[in-house]
Amino acid sequence: MRIALFVTCLADTMFPAAAKATVRLLERLGHEVVFPAGQTCCGQMHINTGYSRDALPLVRRHVRTFAPYDVVVAPSGSCVGSVRHQHAALARSAGDGGLAARAEEVAARTYELSELLVDVLGVTDVGAYYPHRVTYHPTCHSLRMLRVGDRPLRLLRGVRGLELVELPAAEQCCGFGGTFALKNADTSAAMLADKMRHVLDTGAEVCAAGDSSCLMHIGGGLSRLGAEVRTVHLAEILAATEEP
Amino acid sequence: MTTFLGMPATAPRGVGNLRGEEPFPAAARKALGNEQLRRNLGHATATIRAKSGAVIAELPDWQELRSAGSALKADTMARLPELLLQLEENVTRAGGVVHWAADANEANRIVTELVRATGHDRVIKVKSMATQEIGLNEALEAAGIEAVETDLAELIVQLGHDRPSHILVPAIHRNRAEIREIFLREMPGVDPALTDEPAVLAAAARRYLRETFLRTRVAVSGANFAIAETGTLVVLESEGNGRMCLTLPETLITVMGVEKLVPTWRDLEVFLQLLPRASTGERMNPYTSMWTGVTPGDGPQSFHLVLLDNGRSAVLADEVGRQALHCIRCSACLNVCPVYERTGGHAYGSVYPGPIGAVLSPQLTGVEDNASLPYASSLCGACFDACPVKIDIPSILVHLRGEHVRARRRPTPESIAMAAAAYTMDHPRLFAAAQHAARLSRFAGRRLPRPFNGWTASRDLPPPPPETFRDWWAKR
Ligand code: SF4
Repeated sequence: MRIALFVTCLADTMFPAAAKATVRLLERLGHEVVFPAGQTCCGQMHINTGYSRDALPLVRRHVRTFAPYDVVVAPSGSCVGSVRHQHAALARSAGDGGLAARAEEVAARTYELSELLVDVLGVTDVGAYYPHRVTYHPTCHSLRMLRVGDRPLRLLRGVRGLELVELPAAEQCCGFGGTFALKNADTSAAMLADKMRHVLDTGAEVCAAGDSSCLMHIGGGLSRLGAEVRTVHLAEILAATEEP
Repeated sequence: MTTFLGMPATAPRGVGNLRGEEPFPAAARKALGNEQLRRNLGHATATIRAKSGAVIAELPDWQELRSAGSALKADTMARLPELLLQLEENVTRAGGVVHWAADANEANRIVTELVRATGHDRVIKVKSMATQEIGLNEALEAAGIEAVETDLAELIVQLGHDRPSHILVPAIHRNRAEIREIFLREMPGVDPALTDEPAVLAAAARRYLRETFLRTRVAVSGANFAIAETGTLVVLESEGNGRMCLTLPETLITVMGVEKLVPTWRDLEVFLQLLPRASTGERMNPYTSMWTGVTPGDGPQSFHLVLLDNGRSAVLADEVGRQALHCIRCSACLNVCPVYERTGGHAYGSVYPGPIGAVLSPQLTGVEDNASLPYASSLCGACFDACPVKIDIPSILVHLRGEHVRARRRPTPESIAMAAAAYTMDHPRLFAAAQHAARLSRFAGRRLPRPFNGWTASRDLPPPPPETFRDWWAKR
């Protein structure tokens, strides 16, 4: 299958490993990955902070860039959530019905990584090998905007060598929330403190998630604590094999 | 009589309890420093969450019930003027008197005059959000009328000269040692040997309230629902104190937000299932009181209904925001909100705290008066999932942020940064250049400069990667 990769601005800039792993994984599974030129950002930060007018050209760009592809994947539940639940609505409220219709079409063909693997490609065992003790943070937007459910866990259970440990209060927000972490830094930090305590309680070596933004937040906090736990994107685990 | 003619107005300033004294982040910071408060809240919300989750799981049709509740409310809002007139007609026919109050000032004046006309100077109160919203107790006090709260938790708040911090459990922020202190200091005729045993505290309140019930002739209540078709008012409660107020006095005055309406008697069936399970985690609330006008020789012989707008018409006029009026005040959204759980209700500055408060208060007052509230959420969506009438709170939050940004007249550092970022991101070459610049810049240390230093006060930035994804891809 020919799959267009939507890298997301954060993964592109700060966490290319997650995007590279997505490419490696999909190619290993026998698919062709393309990286449509001209993509930058879905505009989620602008939309969620109230700058919908600034976001509109980004939505237009995103729709234009991905319209030609049958299947689009992003290693981010949050950005797929924005594409699926915000783009068309934004276009409609800006009075651009044509854009809204095209945005809906793109949204219908855009998948978060675990959705693509399980629902479209029909695999839960991707042939990965990752000999570590891992706990999984489901991230709010994957959980509640996309309803990815246990798809990531099913994929992780298919990884050889991996020991999956349950994260207490997994469904609670880590406190990132984009600009929320800036505007309400203290509350965000308090939420993060609880999330980190739960991660540390599991005794896992690795805290995984499907969103680079939440991982940046949790990882940033763990780093400040000097904790040993690493934060790793789901794609990197699924891309890992015995051969280095 | 005031109806919805003219421009929708927001709730007036200087009266009532919809506006905080400081922005949310500042108020939250204080609350976050209070370890005891956080423990009380964390424990209480976790307990209610578990209870509610268990009884909701018993119903196979919970999602259908939510949809039904949501549809009923949407229908009610679409026909609100017509249904309110129907309510007025039916209440009047049953011997009640209906008053229309455009805002808090008018409602307070109406109630004060009604109480004065009875010749009494004390009222007993059934727990009510609407009367707190308009600051009725304060208005009555200014007129020399004493208002006694009869809901146990409201009584604790009132005696403590405190503010409620939760819709359902207004004294959630207090522990029993504090309650004992308050009773000893403030409750008339309290036994000085009072202990902090819950049963002993409850008994003390009971004794005090019984006396008050028996010597008070006027009651003020809110309403959970009003049925247009029959003119019936409905109050749900757990303690039975509300029922005492609704039956013992000679005069009953009910203050009700106009959105509390349901069209028909049968509609109640849906809400009587949704509300108790979502709010207290009970299959059925212990006391459901209903009354229609007056009944000779039974209960209050004089009944007044005050229909309160106080900004609701303005909310109704907003296509996205109007679903906030569907709220049945169950407080489920508070109990699942990670922000509320850590900051408590006072940080929201309004009688409506938590997620629903973050969308309702700014709409009632105009967003400029509660500008920090739409940002008091990480948009995690837990409130939307919990809401028994499916109010899409995250979408309203985002919508109100947009309103706030659009209403600002001058550019701010944030708006300039946002515009610059959008421009850059709409030009892929510029974007790639900015990526490289960011990687080389000095803040690629582990802390950010002002105004972003709040983030790196407790978190490290990741070290920048050696190359961006698009660079890597270009080299493949
Ligand atoms: S918004 Fe929904 S969950 Fe929150 S109090 Fe209202 S009805 Fe309950």
